[in-house]
Amino acid sequence: MKTLRPIDVLLVEDDPGDVELTRETIEASKIVVNLHVVEDGLQALAYLRKQANYADAVTPDLIFLDLNIPGKDGRQVLEELKHDETLRTIPVVVLTTSDSDEDIMRSYSLGANCYVTKPTGLDQFIKVVESIESFWFTLVKLPTRIP
Amino acid sequence: MENMAPLEILMVEDDPADVELTEEALQDSKLLTRLHVVEDGIEAMEYLLMKGKYAHACRPDLIILDLNLPRKNGREVLQELKRDKSLKSIPVVVLSTSNAEEDILRSYNLGANCFITKPVGLEQFAKVVESIDSFWFTVVKLPPRPKEGDHTTRPEDD
Repeated sequence: MKTLRPIDVLLVEDDPGDVELTRETIEASKIVVNLHVVEDGLQALAYLRKQANYADAVTPDLIFLDLNIPGKDGRQVLEELKHDETLRTIPVVVLTTSDSDEDIMRSYSLGANCYVTKPTGLDQFIKVVESIESFWFTLVKLPTRIP
Repeated sequence: MENMAPLEILMVEDDPADVELTEEALQDSKLLTRLHVVEDGIEAMEYLLMKGKYAHACRPDLIILDLNLPRKNGREVLQELKRDKSLKSIPVVVLSTSNAEEDILRSYNLGANCFITKPVGLEQFAKVVESIDSFWFTVVKLPPRPKEGDHTTRPEDD
């Protein structure tokens, strides 16, 4: 029933610790996931638009987006990609340390598909990534991948 | 942990069996939820815009939306509410029997927060509702509720 092809995730995250934890959690799962990591907002958009170094980038099935990142912050990235006719269908999970009502409200208004606050503590962080994984990779129907 | 107010869910669904199953699955949940049900797209918009008999309706924390509905279909509802400044932040879970790539892509394009195909089989259906419940109400941060009284200040646009 499930597709055999791996799921491609673009992780936009500048904290190497969080990248590592996300990678480990995802690698431990039953689902085959290719994790692509970029560290700032400019790289994220270049990746998604296949510009410069990213000419051969794989369009992701899902994006995990931190809000506070260098270059161009996550809110701007979200806004730009949700205004882009071809990129807007890619689900975006905002995964950030911010817990502020303003960030939450604004992210949903800009078109974030869901907003998750990074918990403090390794075990909790792993649990959250696992929950995102099991919801988005097994329950949800993701859009057909854009070529 | 958080506020004790129940989580308000608006379910837009014309199949009474699916409504019933959803109600039962939610009752078994540890979380306190209140399910409001409307059966077609026009009622859904009236509910959300607090028109007519829905003048005192409460803003839902989450919308579960079927696509194939009488009078106004789910795609139109999705489009209207995601274009409405005040409603667009409410997460919408599309829950439909459709498995068509076109429906999936179009729903995301219109701003659906996620798309789930209704499984066949009672147990599977209950599991899906439980997963929605536990993911959206415990893992996700939902948009903050408008401050007390805010919901009565929606401009009358009819």
